[in-house]
Amino acid sequence: MGLGSDMYRQQILDHYKNPRNYGELEDSDFEHVGENPLCGDTIKLFVKLADDDETIERVSFVGDGCAISQASASLLSTELRGKTLEEVQEMDREDVEELLGVDLTPMRVKCAVLAEKVAQDGAAIYVGDEEIDQTTTE
Amino acid sequence: MSQQSEPLNAEALREDFPILEREFNGSQLVYLDNAATTQTPEQVVEAIVDYYREYNANVHRGIHQLSQEASIAYEEAHDRVAEFIGADGREEIVFTKNTTEAANLVAYAWGLNELGPGDEVVLTEMEHHSTLVTWQQIAKRTGAECKYIPITDDEHRLDMAAARELITDDTAMVAAVHVSNALGTINPVAELADIAHDHGAYVFVDAAQSVPNRPVDVREIDADFLAFSGHKMCGPTGIGVLYGKRRILEEMEPHHYGGEMILKVTFEDSKWNELPWKYEAGTPLICQGIALATACDYLDSIGMDAIERHEADLAAYAYDRLTEQNDVDVYGPPGDDRGGLVGFNVDGVHAHDLSSILNDHAVAIRAGDHCTQPLHDVLGVSASARASFYLYNTRDEIDRLVEAVDDARQLFS
Repeated sequence: MGLGSDMYRQQILDHYKNPRNYGELEDSDFEHVGENPLCGDTIKLFVKLADDDETIERVSFVGDGCAISQASASLLSTELRGKTLEEVQEMDREDVEELLGVDLTPMRVKCAVLAEKVAQDGAAIYVGDEEIDQTTTE
Repeated sequence: MSQQSEPLNAEALREDFPILEREFNGSQLVYLDNAATTQTPEQVVEAIVDYYREYNANVHRGIHQLSQEASIAYEEAHDRVAEFIGADGREEIVFTKNTTEAANLVAYAWGLNELGPGDEVVLTEMEHHSTLVTWQQIAKRTGAECKYIPITDDEHRLDMAAARELITDDTAMVAAVHVSNALGTINPVAELADIAHDHGAYVFVDAAQSVPNRPVDVREIDADFLAFSGHKMCGPTGIGVLYGKRRILEEMEPHHYGGEMILKVTFEDSKWNELPWKYEAGTPLICQGIALATACDYLDSIGMDAIERHEADLAAYAYDRLTEQNDVDVYGPPGDDRGGLVGFNVDGVHAHDLSSILNDHAVAIRAGDHCTQPLHDVLGVSASARASFYLYNTRDEIDRLVEAVDDARQLFS
């Protein structure tokens, strides 16, 4: 099997077809939107923090786009629970690839890292480090 | 056309394109991304190699033998291209980098000087970004206004009734794509030129998707400007063509200054060279221009009418096979009344996922917005898949495409 089929392992298809934590969080502490303009992938992430104001208690998302972008958001929404906002900033592309369980082809990397980037930018805005209207991977 | 060529034999022509023998993942390549770039036949590769092995030299200036040979070949390449599209000699053929650069040349050399508040540029909703962004930005800088001829809801053709309303005496330029690179729609550019000329406007035709695959005659269209790219018609990258009517090119001021484009220079002023060199500043794309002429020879040896019929047959076949399943949306007109490409979406499978899975089957298509984001907004989709054909493609390859689409559908069901 080639790269393409590898990229669509059961886990990705499962998370694409049955996304975890899908929907809006009414009591979120912050939310943030990102898109890949050229692909049309969009992700809106909602984050609810614990009482310490730095540990992630719950994450949800809504979005639209290719399987890679949406499965990444679904996997990440589970993974982020229990992490501090600082730990979120330390994540990189390899972490996403590990979550997805595949090696990404160069053209699809931006689809995969969109949700992670949305989480990082959203967290940075929340703690006051950055002023960003909307995240983009372009 | 006065004379019809024999139907082309795609299987035989494939021998000119060894790249088509490549295999990926144990399957032979099915190359269906020809609207992006076409493969290069051995004859054109030979012309490139021959140039660099035998007579590589800078043109125009040299008195030595190599420069003379290169100059003659480069200048005659303009004659060959002129003949290919029915232009009135090399004076009307400016070599550029690509279609985009040709569009920019007109926009900067003519648009920036001639447009002003109250002037209108009429485009179509299916314009490629190369034309759309160019005129949009020139309009912004000059105070002119861009208007867009809409497409019909059902078959995605140009709404010609709307075109007649939109093109008025305020219109200075009508810029329209001949064959849409996303929809495959063939636009009535001669009719648009008629309407434009009735109102004293010029017409720029983006022929990037038409000159490679059908007979195009600039005088039949009565285009004032027409542009296309070499790499979409068996030529190399780095060479494009701007056709312009001689009278207009004579009147227009050049947009790039430098060597080659001048006759006489003093510290105070300069006098421009003759057409078309006036618009080709600096050392031009010599080898690429010569190779483009060879590509014209290659295409004419097959017959442009034969290529057109072959592509129409493949497009109609692909349209029928893809629409056998009712979860496929195909954009553009039905049947064989379209250019040799099919833009589509499979319900529940994002175009990028589809392209990744097709790649696994060694089927090369393109997925995305195809440099037509506003058109995709009109269609209400963020991306589409596109299979585009050329003279070496076969019905068997379209069957391979459909099998791969079936596989993607199963994976995502």
